[in-house]
Amino acid sequence: MHELSLCEDLVQVIEEQARQEHLGRVCGVWLQVGALAGVEAEALRFCFDVVTRGTVAEAAHLEIEAIPGEAFCLLCERSVSVRHFAEVCPGCGGALNLLRGQELRITQMEGE
Amino acid sequence: MCGLCGCGGTATTQQHSDDASESHEHAHGGGVWHEHHEGSVGLAPGHAHASGLLVRRMIQIEHDLLAKNQRYADTNRGDLGGRGIFALNMMSSPGAGKTTLLVRTIEALKARFPVVVIEGDQQTDRDAERIRLTGVPVRQINTGKGCHLDAHMVGHALSDLKPADESLLFIENVGNLVCPAGFDLGEARRVVVLSVTEGEDKPLKYPDMFRVADLMIVNKVDLLPYVSFDVEACVGFARAVNKGLRTIILSATRGDGLDEWVSWIAQECAQFRAQGVGARV
Repeated sequence: MHELSLCEDLVQVIEEQARQEHLGRVCGVWLQVGALAGVEAEALRFCFDVVTRGTVAEAAHLEIEAIPGEAFCLLCERSVSVRHFAEVCPGCGGALNLLRGQELRITQMEGE
Repeated sequence: MCGLCGCGGTATTQQHSDDASESHEHAHGGGVWHEHHEGSVGLAPGHAHASGLLVRRMIQIEHDLLAKNQRYADTNRGDLGGRGIFALNMMSSPGAGKTTLLVRTIEALKARFPVVVIEGDQQTDRDAERIRLTGVPVRQINTGKGCHLDAHMVGHALSDLKPADESLLFIENVGNLVCPAGFDLGEARRVVVLSVTEGEDKPLKYPDMFRVADLMIVNKVDLLPYVSFDVEACVGFARAVNKGLRTIILSATRGDGLDEWVSWIAQECAQFRAQGVGARV
């Protein structure tokens, strides 16, 4: 359940931004979560609702953009989709270099 | 509130670990689940519309959620590296034998290096008590509801411990094969301990932990005659997740592999000091 502490950090970022932007209420938050980020989107949603209570982001809508895993094989010179770290190139069985899928970031928020 | 940095964190260090009331509880209200505001999904950046008298605005942020922990970790790594303190982050599921291994390791190394220990558990200072019997300084962090140590807690424990320059620092993370993998503490090396009673497929089931580790210790091999555990398969699974992973087969109670483990520490410590600050990341 490290999603709980991640959400606590997320709320701090939101509150800081809301102060800077003079927002009285935050109604939407957009996150990017990679398939290999080690984070469960549903657990994040659950924790987000709990942690935002009584804050500027109470009842805010949480939009999670799932970023699929993508890796590159240097031998085959092509990118392939991956779901786990242990995967090898389906073409040659060689090692892969991860291009994306580890994202865990807030990209935008909406408020008034 | 913390006097060092103004934090209101819920973790407690050993001196005030009894004060469980510091932790705040979030009560569950009935039926307050997230709502889907279909109309607001996918709005273009900069989109604004009137909502009553207030103007609704979209704000671009691009902020990594682990950035805050990473800042503390970088600070820890800089402080430790600058003083030649070699830190090991020891991770495993609960009961894999981390504390027993630590006690044996301290006995083997304390004549050669100043050793300090940070212990992480949700509750109690039982592990710190076991370490204290070896005579080395130890600080217990109780994370309360937290499932992992973070770099901020470790920074505070280091301020309390004040380790001598050129020390070895062992950080025993909260027993958990999932969450600690995501939180850099500022350590020089990461060690995952897997005991043979847990099953050889754990590296495949919990790949994040084995992917971030520099060394895997397969512990409790004295129990191999009594359990079904394929050491070779386990090492193969671990290397499928982390190609260059070093492995030491060990029994902390019987002593198998302890020499190899102690040599690994001395060797990595020498390499760390030769490379200077920030060698890990």
